[in-house]
Amino acid sequence: MGELLKNAIDWAFQPTLYFAGTVGALFAVLFWRKLFSKTVVITVFFAVGTVFMLWAPSDPDFKKIITKPDNIPIVILIASVVFFTWLALRQAVDNDRAIAKGEPTLEAGLGKKKVFTWPDLVYVEFICLILFTAFLIVWSLKVQAPIEEPAATARTPNPSKAPWYFLGLQEMLVYFDPWIAGVVLPGFIIVGLMAIPYLDTNPKGNGYYTFNERPFAFSFFTAGFLLFWVSFVILGTFLRGPNWSFFGPFEYWDLHKLEPLVNVDLSTYFWNMLGQPKPLDPLVREAPGIVALLGFFLVLPPLLGKTVLKGMVKSMGVVRFNVFMHLMLWFALLPIKMILRWTINLKYIVGIPEWFFNV
Amino acid sequence: MADETQETTNPSNEEPAKTLVRSPLRGELSRRSFFSTLAFGWATFAAASAGLLGAAGRFMFPNVLFEPPQEFKAGFPSEFAMGVDERFKATYGCWIVREPTGFFCLSTVCTHLGCTPNWLTADEKFKCPCHGSGFIMTGINIEGPAPRPLERYRIVLAEDGQILVDKNTKYQQEKGQWELDGSYLEYA
Repeated sequence: MGELLKNAIDWAFQPTLYFAGTVGALFAVLFWRKLFSKTVVITVFFAVGTVFMLWAPSDPDFKKIITKPDNIPIVILIASVVFFTWLALRQAVDNDRAIAKGEPTLEAGLGKKKVFTWPDLVYVEFICLILFTAFLIVWSLKVQAPIEEPAATARTPNPSKAPWYFLGLQEMLVYFDPWIAGVVLPGFIIVGLMAIPYLDTNPKGNGYYTFNERPFAFSFFTAGFLLFWVSFVILGTFLRGPNWSFFGPFEYWDLHKLEPLVNVDLSTYFWNMLGQPKPLDPLVREAPGIVALLGFFLVLPPLLGKTVLKGMVKSMGVVRFNVFMHLMLWFALLPIKMILRWTINLKYIVGIPEWFFNV
Repeated sequence: MADETQETTNPSNEEPAKTLVRSPLRGELSRRSFFSTLAFGWATFAAASAGLLGAAGRFMFPNVLFEPPQEFKAGFPSEFAMGVDERFKATYGCWIVREPTGFFCLSTVCTHLGCTPNWLTADEKFKCPCHGSGFIMTGINIEGPAPRPLERYRIVLAEDGQILVDKNTKYQQEKGQWELDGSYLEYA
């Protein structure tokens, strides 16, 4: 029974299922938010989680990965992120109910009541500070610092993991050229976050939680943060093992786990399908990928703006809409590329190593 | 004009407007000396900056370099077994590979982000522990995100019959340089 459950969990944590599962779970939670924001849901979640965390470490491989000094904060992170997501959703649902009835929101009530910075706020901060210092002292005494062997040019730790907060970036680097995943995409994350106040001028939701008034903004931000940052941190911490292969949480970290991952460029697929050898000129060779990318970035925004997202163009204006669409398309490139890698082993859509241009 | 209106509106001020052009007192900056002082200040600043930049530039060329020479002799070809030789990985950062037809020398720098891959004897491939790039024995990239094959170094026979590796010359497959002389040492 135990082994069966472990195998089932390992199976469920393979990349395609893990990604599909997290996407499905998030949108199920958002869709049935009234149900999921009940207190009983979070209680059951933490009860099941506690039972699981009491049982699962009996497996040596699971225990090893969960109690690594580097990984303990990520276990705490899972619990706290789930709790605070639930809390935000619950306040949003409560407010939506109040707004539907024409009552003031929870936060509107709070706004009238004022407290002093000193002593009310500073006291609370001071107590938090003391408690946290005590907690950190105990932690630093109980858990050894995760220091590795002395650095050597010929020996890279296997696996070589970034600090936990960079594991999302490291996961992106698996699917893209370093220029795209290391410079362009992080740049767009920062530029995109900075652009939010200029792109989104809707005053609704300012200063209070709500879902019904901002369904797209709420879902999109939650998806971006939870699926493409937190979930990647979890994936990088617990599921990436030696040689950067995928391992289930109960799987032994076998250094020689052989995975057939022979990657193929889009151009190889294309010219093989035509039964012709690859042309020598890189531009002709990569023409299918270039056409696909140009279509993606240049044809898709006006096409969507003329059809499905007509209302959006009207409310945002043409410039805002186009900036927004391009940020969205760059964002969408990540899951598209990940899924293509997992399913058809696609390496690069456009791969011109001669010019160091690979997408 | 503005001064005059101020004079008329403020009769209590007895000082006339000509104080504006009075000659400088001792130790005070005059209009003429202002620019020369400014120029002197900027020149000093520029000289100090140039000196600092020069010192920083000099720092880039240390007197002693604690690194192995870029050119080294690896021993006689007959001393090598078939396959990947890892003896020079730690010291010179390269693998010397022997095939039935000859030798080549691969760089140990992954072409994705520059980690050092591991040679997995059982799987017969180089596998990078950072993002999972994989290369077959020839250096061709087959797995993961590495966009191009591992680079090769110049490998020739020295006059004494030993293998001579020169890391100053690199050969990149995607540029067609693996066809060039020196990228491959034929030896049967």
